Amino acid sequence: MAAVLESLLREEVSVAAVVRWIARSTRGSEDNPGEAAALSSLRPLRKEFVPFLLNFLREQSSRVLPQGPPTPAKAPGASAALPGRPGGPSRGSRGARSQLFPPTEAPSTAAEAPLARRGGRRRGPGPARERGGRGLEEGVSGENLPGAGGRRLRGSGSPSRPSLTLSDPPNLSNLEEFPPVGSVPPGPAGTKPSRRINPTPVSEERSLSKPKTCFTSPPISCVPSSQPSALDTSPWGLGLPPGCRSLQEEREMLRKERSKQPQQSPTPTCPTPELGSPLPSRAGSLTDEPADPARVSSRQRLELVALVYSSCIAENLVPNLFLELFFVFQLLTARRMVTAKDSDPELSPGVLDSLESPLFQSIHDCVFFAVQVLECHFQVLSNLDKGTLKLLAENERLLCFSPALQGRLRAAYEGSVAKVSLAMPPSAQAVSFQPETDNRANFSSDRAFHTFKKQRDVFYEVLREWEDHHEEPGWDFEKGLGSRIRAMMGQLSAACSHSHFVRLFQKQLLQMCQSPGGAGGTVLGEAPDVLSMLGADKLGRLWRLQERLMAPQSSGGPCPPPTFPGCQGFFRDFILSASSFQFNQHLMDSLSLKIRELNGLALPQHEPNDEDGESDVDWQGERRQFAVVLLSLRLLAKFLGFVAFLPYRGPEPPPTGELQDSILALRSQVPPVLDVRTLLQRGLQARRAVLTVPWLVEFLSFADHVVPLLDYYRDIFILLLRLHRSLVLSQESEGKMCFLNKLLLLAVLGWLFQIPTVPEDLFFLEEGPSDAFEVDTVAPEHGLDAAPVVDQQLLYTCCPYIGELRKLLALWVSGSSGRSGGFMRKITPTTTTGLGAQPSRTSQGLQARLAHAFFHNQPPSLRRTVEFVAERIGSNCVKHIKATLVADLVRQAESLLQEQLVTQGEEGGDPAQLLEILCSQLCPHGAQALALGREFCHRKSPGAVRALLPEETPAAVLSSAENIAVGLATEKACAWLSANITALIRREVKAAVSRTLRAQGPEPAARGERRGCSRACEHHAPLPSHLISEIKDVLSLAVGPRDPDEGVSPEHLEQLLGQLGQTLRCRQFLCPPAEQHLAKCSVDLASLLVADQIPILGPPAQYRLERGQARRLLHMLLSLWKEDFQGPVPLQLLLSPRNVGLLADTRPREWDLLLFLLRELVEKGLMGRMEIEACLGSLHQAQWPGDFAEELATLSNLFLAEPHLPEPQLRACELVQPNRGTVLAQS
Amino acid sequence: MILTKAQYKEIAQCLVSVPPTRQSLRKLNQSRATLLSIFSQEYQKHIKRTHAKHHTSEAIESYYQRYLNGVVKNGAAPVLLDLANEVDYAPSLMARLILERFLQEHEETAPSKSVINSMLRDPSQIPDGVLANQVYQCIVNDCCYGPLVDCIKHAIGHEHEVLLRDLLLEKNLPFLGEDQLRAKGCDKTPDFILQVPVAVEGHIIHWIESKASFGDECSHHAYLHDQFWSYWNRTCFPTNIVTLCHSIA
Repeated sequence: MAAVLESLLREEVSVAAVVRWIARSTRGSEDNPGEAAALSSLRPLRKEFVPFLLNFLREQSSRVLPQGPPTPAKAPGASAALPGRPGGPSRGSRGARSQLFPPTEAPSTAAEAPLARRGGRRRGPGPARERGGRGLEEGVSGENLPGAGGRRLRGSGSPSRPSLTLSDPPNLSNLEEFPPVGSVPPGPAGTKPSRRINPTPVSEERSLSKPKTCFTSPPISCVPSSQPSALDTSPWGLGLPPGCRSLQEEREMLRKERSKQPQQSPTPTCPTPELGSPLPSRAGSLTDEPADPARVSSRQRLELVALVYSSCIAENLVPNLFLELFFVFQLLTARRMVTAKDSDPELSPGVLDSLESPLFQSIHDCVFFAVQVLECHFQVLSNLDKGTLKLLAENERLLCFSPALQGRLRAAYEGSVAKVSLAMPPSAQAVSFQPETDNRANFSSDRAFHTFKKQRDVFYEVLREWEDHHEEPGWDFEKGLGSRIRAMMGQLSAACSHSHFVRLFQKQLLQMCQSPGGAGGTVLGEAPDVLSMLGADKLGRLWRLQERLMAPQSSGGPCPPPTFPGCQGFFRDFILSASSFQFNQHLMDSLSLKIRELNGLALPQHEPNDEDGESDVDWQGERRQFAVVLLSLRLLAKFLGFVAFLPYRGPEPPPTGELQDSILALRSQVPPVLDVRTLLQRGLQARRAVLTVPWLVEFLSFADHVVPLLDYYRDIFILLLRLHRSLVLSQESEGKMCFLNKLLLLAVLGWLFQIPTVPEDLFFLEEGPSDAFEVDTVAPEHGLDAAPVVDQQLLYTCCPYIGELRKLLALWVSGSSGRSGGFMRKITPTTTTGLGAQPSRTSQGLQARLAHAFFHNQPPSLRRTVEFVAERIGSNCVKHIKATLVADLVRQAESLLQEQLVTQGEEGGDPAQLLEILCSQLCPHGAQALALGREFCHRKSPGAVRALLPEETPAAVLSSAENIAVGLATEKACAWLSANITALIRREVKAAVSRTLRAQGPEPAARGERRGCSRACEHHAPLPSHLISEIKDVLSLAVGPRDPDEGVSPEHLEQLLGQLGQTLRCRQFLCPPAEQHLAKCSVDLASLLVADQIPILGPPAQYRLERGQARRLLHMLLSLWKEDFQGPVPLQLLLSPRNVGLLADTRPREWDLLLFLLRELVEKGLMGRMEIEACLGSLHQAQWPGDFAEELATLSNLFLAEPHLPEPQLRACELVQPNRGTVLAQS
Repeated sequence: MILTKAQYKEIAQCLVSVPPTRQSLRKLNQSRATLLSIFSQEYQKHIKRTHAKHHTSEAIESYYQRYLNGVVKNGAAPVLLDLANEVDYAPSLMARLILERFLQEHEETAPSKSVINSMLRDPSQIPDGVLANQVYQCIVNDCCYGPLVDCIKHAIGHEHEVLLRDLLLEKNLPFLGEDQLRAKGCDKTPDFILQVPVAVEGHIIHWIESKASFGDECSHHAYLHDQFWSYWNRTCFPTNIVTLCHSIA
């Protein structure tokens, strides 16, 4: 692996080749042969590259990041009843996530061999992990490490590492060297052990006990530990698994190779670290080290590594996109570098191995690297929420290192509308009594019915009590409620009572825990846009304030374990406390059914052709519906996963060996609770991955350790891996998945791959998916995947851990790395001046509550009806306004524009300026839109509600429903209109202006009114295309080459011109370009006639056109030009040197036709005398044979001298006696 | 006119070695329009295949030298046209090649595309009289390329659209034309979208695109790629009809 990176750094192979090499198992034909050869020898190690690279970067950055914010790895949440964290060095324990740099027991058995083999120069090959060994090693290489002891005393593993990274990349593959469990004493809460990658394939039987590794950034390093924390060079060789041996051989080869080579790698200039600077304490007194682009060492190397790293991220070769971004952000916001006193001055100039000198030698390097990587992922960044973008755009380091990126981010921030609110909406509405299922008829006996009602009461009592108490310290669910719940469950004797209760439980779950949006949710609890729909602008601000105060500060790092936040905790605890097998079984049945139902729901699909404003209105609704369905599905799937895998989870480590085999054999018998594999396959085929995968991930996140080993689930994981690989963000094509949809899938999949129970070797061992992961393209043409159903709000709701990026940046701004103070920015209440007057806040709130209460007492269909009507009417209202008011304004704009153009003359002025003038005049009229919209909603909504509700609806209910529908529709329409009407008018006017100007522009003659055909015209004229083609044939005949027997008859010519006249008079089929070409061809034809160049068919004696005939034809042409052409005719071409030159070729020359033509042109007013004189004048400048020039001069004299002759004197202009019949066919 | 695939192949085989000039096409006497259309398409395929080899700098240089030598001998002879026919390249394209080369030599900067196009449309603008005549000759003699042919093609497309519109109006089928569709913000639009789909021979038709050229398999595929799929993808008009003047059955 190192070799690959090496050869890359030495520029032997290109980045693209390396990435291709990693991504594809087969060598791409596009590889350059040299590169291919360099890489193909390393093929067996292909899979190990990415883990190697990631670990390499993590290790390299370890000096920088200890002070970073705590980024706990995914420790199994206690709630999830996953194996707890290990208390001691229980090697092989499943649940233990070893730290990235786990302190290890040092099996020094293997140490001697490498030491013996490599001597002298080779640094740190030995078991440097051992303090003793390390000291010895340093002694051997003559190093002095003054600060090393101190650092080690501090006990933080990471700071002492830099010295080691100098020596060798660690042998991460060595299980013996890197036992899974750190013997870190369980430290403060923030220091959960983190995962690291184990890059080498291990033998099968060990696969389970293999240490869990994780890519999480180094955890905060303040674990007081006397353990040496070094990662380190490993003793190569002894007792290593085969994979490692190859790694070692590779390493050896590399070494030999390198010794042969002259030094090439750029020598890293040693930064001047502040020697002996005090270690930063966590008290917050640390000063940030400024980062300076000028002080970056070995730029080229950093650029290369950044490029490889970015490419790996872009190709989805890393398991978790956002984790990598988090890491990069950590580098970007690194406060200061732990000084590397041991960066050996003697070593630096002579380092041969570019991997052996630290990649990040200073803060400058880190920031430079981070910015390089971020530049490659601008697209992802620009799709983050507005707050993150703002923080990024304001980051001074970013500005300093890449003003261009900063500029783009700023632009993205300014254009972003992705405000994300992470607050959980308050909601604790009881599910209303459902008469259709909860009535007596559905129960076996009165007693059962009665019991159910009582249970219902108990359940809500328990729920209320939980709401009141669960935040109190010291309150315990089990103690407080456990016995009551069990007593209640005990009463559910009949199976049917269970199903009733489960239905209630599930409904309540959905109602309480569905965060934003939701037709089924509560009105008040809906997302901000619904709030604003209710007219609560001020209310919205209140929510935002509340959100800031109440939003959870941390969701547990970039890879939190699955948890049950908020109300979900109640339901989980309820299930655990109830511990009723019947209840669980019924719950699983019910959840599975609901999941199937929701997953199969036909969601409305976007109409992509309707890209303008009003569809936004529709689309918002659809997006919200999708969000509701998706969030419900995720919630249900989470609980299904929780309950389904509950019996198999326990704190004990996963079994190994034979025990495992027998468990596997047993478990593979058990049918899955829900056939998720089929659902996934169908989802992929139907291009509905964006709906199916997120809930499936929730389901799988609760799987126990055995699950991924079962064939059934392994298939699922493989499908998911392939999907993950195929979601390359940069590949956007129509009909494929939308960007944010992909981002959501990448985020949830990335999260899943970090779940402790998912073996990470799954990600890397799975042989790279065949290049194209193409689901059957027989799929419906418009899958959900291609529709922009995901917005940032949904993304952040599903993946709150993405918000960690923002917190990281905010921490940097606030400067308090120690405190978890979070945001400390003020909320400035800016008053927005809405166009319409708003009713007072209190009445709005009351109104909303009243409406909610009203719906609560009515059948759900009423509510759906009202919401549907409001939605449609609101949308129609916008369309109506656009078709009426806006269209009128556009017409006004057009007439205003015409006036402007008349007053300002031909030029018309600057279009942008014109647009501004028009908009300033017209936009104020937009205010009418609100009144019109209100009127429209008032007029249309009641009728629609009446038509849709049952006839028998009581009048009072009906009128309330109508009023609410009117109110909602008005709010919806007005909200949209007040926000967008100005922009809409502007856009439409702009389009109209450019249309008008275009029509105006290039051909002023064409502007004049075009005459259509006469009324009697039956459009039987020859088609223009036919005519052009005919004339072209004549022209080509005339120009030659032609066969001796070729020619045209004079009748044909006459007929052709006649047809031309017909076509020009019937405008039905004529388009301007065709007319232009006809005009030009007719001029060419006239020139050929004048020069007598048209070969005439007939007896040889009549090879030339008779004078009279020629004149008749010219007359026809003249009249066509005068009467029938509506576009400009390029008559000046008649006197172009080329056309006049045609005369020069004829012998004997005849000038009379030309003179005739010129006179007629003047006569008919087609050309002015002056114009002709000018043309004749310029003709003289061309080079002609001597005699021709003379004749030409005579001609112009003649024309000028005899201007007023009404009839041309035919003979007078025959300058040379005709000698007919001598014109030969040219070929 | 509808041909079977086999007939089409046979015709295409025969047409392979014919240069695209009026004189050679005079031989294709019967059903001229269809044959011409087939020929034109086959010829264009041929030119696409061989285009690159005429555009190497060596080739251009040798053509230019041959042209210069030719006109020195006899400026009135069809030097450029003969050259094009000899090397089996479209005369208009050869004219463009030589013109570009000529302008490069006579003007300091490389000529812009629009200048070249405008000179090809109106050879009078070409500073050299002999070259102007040669270029003009190539253009009027080329049946497959050049500004005149382009205009004819464009005109045919327009005419068919008008015919189609008339037919739709006559049959009382409500439709949205391209302009209306553009105004609605569609970027790629078929000629007509039927507001109410109709069934033709058991197929449901949502939109109609008129292509006034011979619908051979290859061009059909190319159209599918360039245009039709994007209608499909972007417009939700799942089925369609493409009218072609002449088509393989």
